[in-house]
Amino acid sequence: MRGAKSAKWVAIAGVVALTATACGGGDDDKGSGKVDPKGIVSYANGEPQNLLQPSNTMEAYGSVVIDALFTGLVHYDKQGNITYENAESVTPDKANKVWTVKLKKGWKFHDNTPVTAKSYVDAWNWAADPANGQQNSAWYRDIVGYDDVHPAKGKAKKKAMSGLKVVDENTFTITLKNGIPYYQYKLVYKPFFPLPAAALKDPKKYGEAPVGNGPYKFAKWDRKKLISVRTWPGYKGEDKPKNGGIDFKAYTKDTAAYADLKSDNVDTMPIVPNSELANFKNDFGDRAIVSDYSALNTVNFAFYQPQWKKTDIKVLQGLSMAIDRDTIAKTVFYGTRESATGWVAKGVKGYQDDACGKFCKFDPKAAKASIEAGGGVPGNKIQIQYNADQPHKDWVVAVCNSITKATGVKCTGDAVTDFAADTEIRDQKKVKSMYRSGWVLDYPFNGNFLADLYGTGVDGNKGGFSDPKFDKLTAEADKAKTIDESAELYQKAEKELVNSFPGIPLWYNKTLSAYSNNVKKIEFDQAGDPILSDVEVFEK
Amino acid sequence: MGRYVARRLLQMIPVFIGTTLLIFLMVNALPGDPVKALWGDKPPDPAQVAQIKHDRGLDLPLWEQYLHYMKGLFQGDFGNTIAGNRPILDEITQAFPVSIRLAAMAWTFELVVGITLGVIAGVRRGRIIDTTVTFFTLLVISVPIFVFGLGFQLIFGNELGWVKPTVQDSENFQQLMLPALVLGLVGLAYVARLTRTSIKENRSADYMRTAVAKGLPRRRIISRHLLRNSLIPVVTYLGTDIGALMGGAVITEGIFNVTGVGNLLYTGIARREGAIIVGIVTVLVLVYLLASLLVDLLYAVLDPRIRYA
Repeated sequence: MRGAKSAKWVAIAGVVALTATACGGGDDDKGSGKVDPKGIVSYANGEPQNLLQPSNTMEAYGSVVIDALFTGLVHYDKQGNITYENAESVTPDKANKVWTVKLKKGWKFHDNTPVTAKSYVDAWNWAADPANGQQNSAWYRDIVGYDDVHPAKGKAKKKAMSGLKVVDENTFTITLKNGIPYYQYKLVYKPFFPLPAAALKDPKKYGEAPVGNGPYKFAKWDRKKLISVRTWPGYKGEDKPKNGGIDFKAYTKDTAAYADLKSDNVDTMPIVPNSELANFKNDFGDRAIVSDYSALNTVNFAFYQPQWKKTDIKVLQGLSMAIDRDTIAKTVFYGTRESATGWVAKGVKGYQDDACGKFCKFDPKAAKASIEAGGGVPGNKIQIQYNADQPHKDWVVAVCNSITKATGVKCTGDAVTDFAADTEIRDQKKVKSMYRSGWVLDYPFNGNFLADLYGTGVDGNKGGFSDPKFDKLTAEADKAKTIDESAELYQKAEKELVNSFPGIPLWYNKTLSAYSNNVKKIEFDQAGDPILSDVEVFEK
Repeated sequence: MGRYVARRLLQMIPVFIGTTLLIFLMVNALPGDPVKALWGDKPPDPAQVAQIKHDRGLDLPLWEQYLHYMKGLFQGDFGNTIAGNRPILDEITQAFPVSIRLAAMAWTFELVVGITLGVIAGVRRGRIIDTTVTFFTLLVISVPIFVFGLGFQLIFGNELGWVKPTVQDSENFQQLMLPALVLGLVGLAYVARLTRTSIKENRSADYMRTAVAKGLPRRRIISRHLLRNSLIPVVTYLGTDIGALMGGAVITEGIFNVTGVGNLLYTGIARREGAIIVGIVTVLVLVYLLASLLVDLLYAVLDPRIRYA
């Protein structure tokens, strides 16, 4: 093997860039090319943080397992439109305040108990109680009676939210505090999954061996090694698995998973490690995956600092125009990111092209002129805070260089040890100048990228941004009659951000992965999750 | 001898308390709130944060937390993790056997191959074999460990396919061979060099000349007279290396996906799980203390002139 020989010499020479010569298995097709409907897909995962309870799972390792085991009321397609799963229909009243959910009949949990309206209502009420320690409980806060079950301080006053009512076996209603035209999008998220009655009797035992209503049935959890799920024949949903099951292998480092993927020891992984960006397309050829991912990178201003308090918006716009997004995407990210043109990521309902307009295009002359017209950056220097435990340094340096070169404003990176420390500083409002930020969709609606991040005083607004005009527009959007109307009004609100500039949009993320020779193909959705039920495995 | 051991064991108590307290304070001085970090980029829920802090005793003053922790420790309770609320004792008892296995393999490798190479090089000093050993040990010492780790993974795992690139089952001896080799490589080089130097020095000692003059067989001279007297610095190194191999395998364990102590320690630090870090360090401190006691006692066995009162 020529590849082996050259690789060995590189290793002996002690050159660190070893992987550059790894020509990989390449495109030689293995197997008979026949699909085995009982084949098992293996996925490079990690050990879930918590027990496997839908309402207590928000990190990626647990989420992907929960998604295999459970099917919620609704989901969405690639354009961000709602699709019905366990729900027959989800309909609001005229004010978008009372939502009636009708379930499809005949659905069962893996323990053969039926999925009823009560399975939903009881699960949500249980998860909202802080005594049960469910991390996602804030997701019920729109429902009437949430504050009784989940007060800001102290114990629950009531055991059930008054806004949830079981009408009959297959129907229940959700009453919201305020009308929300796009509420069904929130129902996609995990805390809105149903639980069988047994789960609430012994939550801990249940969390170690969950019983869901999804396409796969739980098989075993070998701590820190493997979680296995197998296809469940009783599944009534549309997305019936084309394979026999999934093995979620626990890896501690993505580089280890990558080494296994190259040798077909695992079938796919969530995202290629940064160190392999330059060569993953070479390593995998046709089997490399680059797909859209609804996430956005930005650099935001710490508006509570004197530096930005009285500064003219022209300065902020000028800084944005001074960044050469395309070149950095090409060089630092090897073409695996796409320049952002607004504050909403692609693949969500209400995404509009070019919301930021000329202010998000590289134009060094206009940048300099704009900053000068705005009276310049106070102190003529800025800092970008980032966490050093992840590969942010390279692009921060590149962004800084681009700004300095175009405008003469001094720009330096402000490295913080890790993500925990970074968020702490943001929470305490001690960011010196600017900070890097990112947002992955919770649900595919443009409002999720706008009101939840830049509304005055909302939890996600870490930079102290406030724009009364924007607040007014989002409030209007939330009062709209239909989703489409609401999305349109949110587009208007996004356009308004050009005049107040809460942060500089930089890039849309992409999902970068690959698949092994054992499977036909693997695709990822816009939330960055693999669509594992569609994977077809070759006969061994 | 008995009194000496008792005194050494008593000395361990202040060292033990001092190290745990120090680590405890250091972990708490790190910026970042581990409970809020559970929510990642998303805004945390204050009621839930308060609940978790209350459950894990994180809302108490620091000195009280430490006292609680030490009290629990003496009852065999290492506390619970912040993420997932699992008993830390479970995590530790899962990780340690893996690391002990890996460390034992690496250590045996260091011991057997290292001493053998050292003896050969020492006895045949100045010859080609000596130069080769010196050269290769220098190379191993100067190249960072991850280069060997990634290099071996690439060559033996990805290209030649002799082994799987990563460890699938951390309790399987065969799969642990490659990481153990990488882990033991640096120690091996040191052991070989120490042995070589020591042997070189002792070769011209008086007792050696006597042994040769007595006409003893060469094999006996080397194993009984030369090696035994030359082992003291090597044993010191090998003793302290046990602790280093157990806790310092972060890089190797990461490359080969071994779920041992190094890995647990790494995630503990990344997630600010103070109780995990202190728990592991506590056990590692004990390992170090016992290993160094063992080394001191071994001196007397190797060289009867050394006596402990």
